[in-house]
Amino acid sequence: MKTALDNLKGKSTKNSLKIIIIIAIALSLLVPFLNLSSFVIRMIIMVGIYIILGLSLNLVTGFAGQLSLGHAAFYAIGAYTSAILSTRFEMSFFITALMGALLAAFFGFLLGLPTLKLEGAYLAIVTLGFCEIVRIVALNWMGLTRGPMGIPGIPAPSIFGIDLGTEVGYYFLIYILAAATIITIYRIVNSRVGRAFIAIREDELAAQSMGINTTMYKVLAFTIAAFFAGLAGSFYAHYVTYIDPQSFTFDESIQILSIVILGGMGSIPGTIIGALILVTAPEFLRSLQDYRMVMYGAVLIIMMLTRPQGIMGASKTKIKRNKLASSKISNKGGE
Amino acid sequence: MFFQQLINGLTLGSTYALTAVGYTMVFGILELVNFSHGAVYMFGAFVVLMLMTALKLNFMLAFVIGVIITGLLGITIDKICLFPLRKKKAPKVASLISTIGVSIFIQNLVMLVWGSETKNFPLVLNLGSINIGSLKISYLQIIIMMIAVVLMAALTIIIRKTKIGKAMRATAQNMEAAKLMGVNVNFVISFTFFLGASLAAVAGVLVGMYYQSVDPMMGFMAGLKAFAAAVLGGIGVLPGAILGGLIIGVSEILAAGYIHAGFRDAIAFGILIAVLIIRPTGLLGKKVQKKV
Repeated sequence: MKTALDNLKGKSTKNSLKIIIIIAIALSLLVPFLNLSSFVIRMIIMVGIYIILGLSLNLVTGFAGQLSLGHAAFYAIGAYTSAILSTRFEMSFFITALMGALLAAFFGFLLGLPTLKLEGAYLAIVTLGFCEIVRIVALNWMGLTRGPMGIPGIPAPSIFGIDLGTEVGYYFLIYILAAATIITIYRIVNSRVGRAFIAIREDELAAQSMGINTTMYKVLAFTIAAFFAGLAGSFYAHYVTYIDPQSFTFDESIQILSIVILGGMGSIPGTIIGALILVTAPEFLRSLQDYRMVMYGAVLIIMMLTRPQGIMGASKTKIKRNKLASSKISNKGGE
Repeated sequence: MFFQQLINGLTLGSTYALTAVGYTMVFGILELVNFSHGAVYMFGAFVVLMLMTALKLNFMLAFVIGVIITGLLGITIDKICLFPLRKKKAPKVASLISTIGVSIFIQNLVMLVWGSETKNFPLVLNLGSINIGSLKISYLQIIIMMIAVVLMAALTIIIRKTKIGKAMRATAQNMEAAKLMGVNVNFVISFTFFLGASLAAVAGVLVGMYYQSVDPMMGFMAGLKAFAAAVLGGIGVLPGAILGGLIIGVSEILAAGYIHAGFRDAIAFGILIAVLIIRPTGLLGKKVQKKV
């Protein structure tokens, strides 16, 4: 009886979740026509960028279990590639974005290779070091990146002669990119590849002995993640129309990682919520003025202390184990 | 020229080593990368400076009090932000993010209280320098290196010879077993944080004296490089942190002198990555056999 009720509950929550998602999609399509201030639209577009960044990092850190502290590097590579190609060769956004994403993916592949051997803190510092190197190269390679002066005047994207450089245009462009990322990551995670990622996260040795080519999958995770981060970078460059190395510091990597962890590692809806909270939080905290960043740090600590697994966290296997344990306990109670 | 650079590098490297020790000790015991360490380093330098300028204490007194305050800050960070997570057996990344939160918190609090501009660090020990041929070594550089050497030696003795050091090693090896053998693990962890934070404070003050300035952002890069140094030497291994710190410091200064000043940080990280690809556990790190 109890199980039937539980099933019913599960079904109804699933259905209500579906309804919520549909309503959310419908509402989000209306957003640009709601006469919101350009500031709010800007916030929403930034949330979209961070959803892509967060989800791509979640693939590496949340699903494949490889801690990366250098995600901003791919973001930077995408942004710079796209900016340079479009300002110097006047290519269209859709080509430069693809090139940016592909180049980022290539570097993701290169960075993924050391994961053959490294893990934990060692991998973390390599990714961090990589990120710093990318930023420093961007800062010093004057001929290519104009160094600290940055690249101004990046053209707005357009398609078939339609200028997408308006608020509505940018909104729908990032909407489509973010939706494509969400769907792709969702499909990957729920496929054979995704199960391999999760197996590696849970126990690399066990995964290996089950015949999973762990090296290949880890490199794959880095490559895919870098691709999407590069895409986000390209969009960012064309959106703000000006980039400089200051936008791609270690803080940026940390911001992305915080989104993933706050939302819950290995949770796609979690990352979306995390992006929403962390991108908008500094604005909500603006009334605190100077105390803003202090509060931001405090909020991060308190969030971790109260819900260390993140808002939507807790991996599936662990939930099962807990359920099993609790059912055992309740059985004992019954006796 | 080369020896001059080498001396400058060793001076900088010994401050990295002092900071790296904090990373490596905490990692050895908790397997946690403590990202608040850079902020603690900066905090130490600021507290000493403020004790000197606001309370008009003399340097030595300010130094001792400041280092102790920073050490206590280290314990506080552990007790408030990490201990509850350990108790819950939360994933390691949660603790990592928590320390990042601490780092943001401290850095911005310092900016708020003492302002974000760069501050002059008074020249407390104006001792001049000795010249050997074209080589110019200031007494301050010698003092910095001496302090680093003495503190490292003291730390090694604490860890190797004393009872608390034995407890630390036991906890690092196996926390549960150490607990069963009657080691007060919580005290050991607090002590480790105290040591790490106070050494970072010493490093912060030395750097402040060396460059005669401190600013709230100083801990960021120094923290990253000290972390890099700890990993380069083999994280969790004490002599490794010292070796790594010196290598990072020297290579950074040599790179700035001979290649390009803008690339100094990139080269330090480049060396780190190259070493780790060849030796994944760092220079002195031992390969750990994975238990199945």
